[in-house]
Amino acid sequence: MIISIASGKGGTGKTTVATNLALSLGKGTRLLDCDVEEPNAHLFLYPEITETEVVTTGIPVVSDELCTACKKCAEICRFRALTVVGKKVLVFPELCHSCGGCVVVCPENAITEGARELGVMESGHCGELGFSQGRLRVGEAMSPPLIKKVRTHHAGAKTIIIDAPPGTSCPVIAAMKGSDFVLMVTEPTPFGLHDLKLAVEAVRVLGIQSGLVINRSDMGDDGVLEYAKEEGLPILLEIPFDRKIAEAYSCGKPIVEIMPEWKNEFRALYQRIEKLVQNGRNAS
Amino acid sequence: MIVAVTAKGTHLSDEVDPRFGRAPYILLVDTETMQYETLDNSSNVNAFKGAGIQAATMVADKGAKVLLTGYCGPNAFTTIQAAGMKVVSDVTGTVEEAVKKFLSGKVQYSENANTEGHW
Repeated sequence: MIISIASGKGGTGKTTVATNLALSLGKGTRLLDCDVEEPNAHLFLYPEITETEVVTTGIPVVSDELCTACKKCAEICRFRALTVVGKKVLVFPELCHSCGGCVVVCPENAITEGARELGVMESGHCGELGFSQGRLRVGEAMSPPLIKKVRTHHAGAKTIIIDAPPGTSCPVIAAMKGSDFVLMVTEPTPFGLHDLKLAVEAVRVLGIQSGLVINRSDMGDDGVLEYAKEEGLPILLEIPFDRKIAEAYSCGKPIVEIMPEWKNEFRALYQRIEKLVQNGRNAS
Repeated sequence: MIVAVTAKGTHLSDEVDPRFGRAPYILLVDTETMQYETLDNSSNVNAFKGAGIQAATMVADKGAKVLLTGYCGPNAFTTIQAAGMKVVSDVTGTVEEAVKKFLSGKVQYSENANTEGHW
């Protein structure tokens, strides 16, 4: 079972839900922090990192000796990572999406695949909970290949919890794609609702079942509740705006550590998700 | 010599567009005769990325030796340099005024890009 924790808006509580859900499930569970531009689940889990792997992505390396400046590589590149000026190919590695098209179309075999460092994947554990995170290199703009790499690090876990980045662009899609369920964390504010709608649309495109967690549920307005009703989105958990939760957060402590009774709430959340996924499978 | 000038319209009397890669038009002006050819740059205006690289390749292929524009980003600048062209940035006024000012010699070639890349 793969559950992605997403949201449109940032700062709604994705990491809070992901870490507490993962800790409540414990053994057999692995948390993958795929918010690689600013991974922060480790601030609450204090994992022991036992493995670090540099993650790279392919980029074209052109041999000036073999190149005849035929422009075929530049023509096939949708992202304009290659161009030919005068009699020379110029490569812009930061624009390259590593499709390998240029290598294939080059009639002179002048292009080989080199590597650019995207960041690192760090893996380990937090007690019985498995843990991996991606950490994007400072200055790097392309996170999806690193996210996909972190996604592969299942290490035999039965349940995978993915902490996705905010927004609705490529990094989020890379984090959510192929999940069994997307749990969307939102807050009952007009801003939260606005971005939630975008996220819901993105998840629908991927054809993944989803449900909501409403964080700081006793604040704001009823907009999110009304929207959820209209769209038939199940509300699976509500977390109140509680000073104790905020204090725990500010000290880098998970809710379930300060208030262990919340473990039952998160386990119940998991069971609701499991049931929805099971029903969805039976229906299709 | 042919100079490439980014423009908001299709004529010499139109304003210089401060953007390079995403200018709607680029005028190729022959400095000896003031004859010009207008390049439609609309395919680059909405390019996802690499508009500057593409525009630079296009003007270099057309034989331009100098680019007159407002802002030139790092990738466009690299491409222009590789093509053996020179750039005058921060150019304002009409295309005709820009070319005349260039011909009078009262301009300085840029040594670097004068704006950041876009993400």
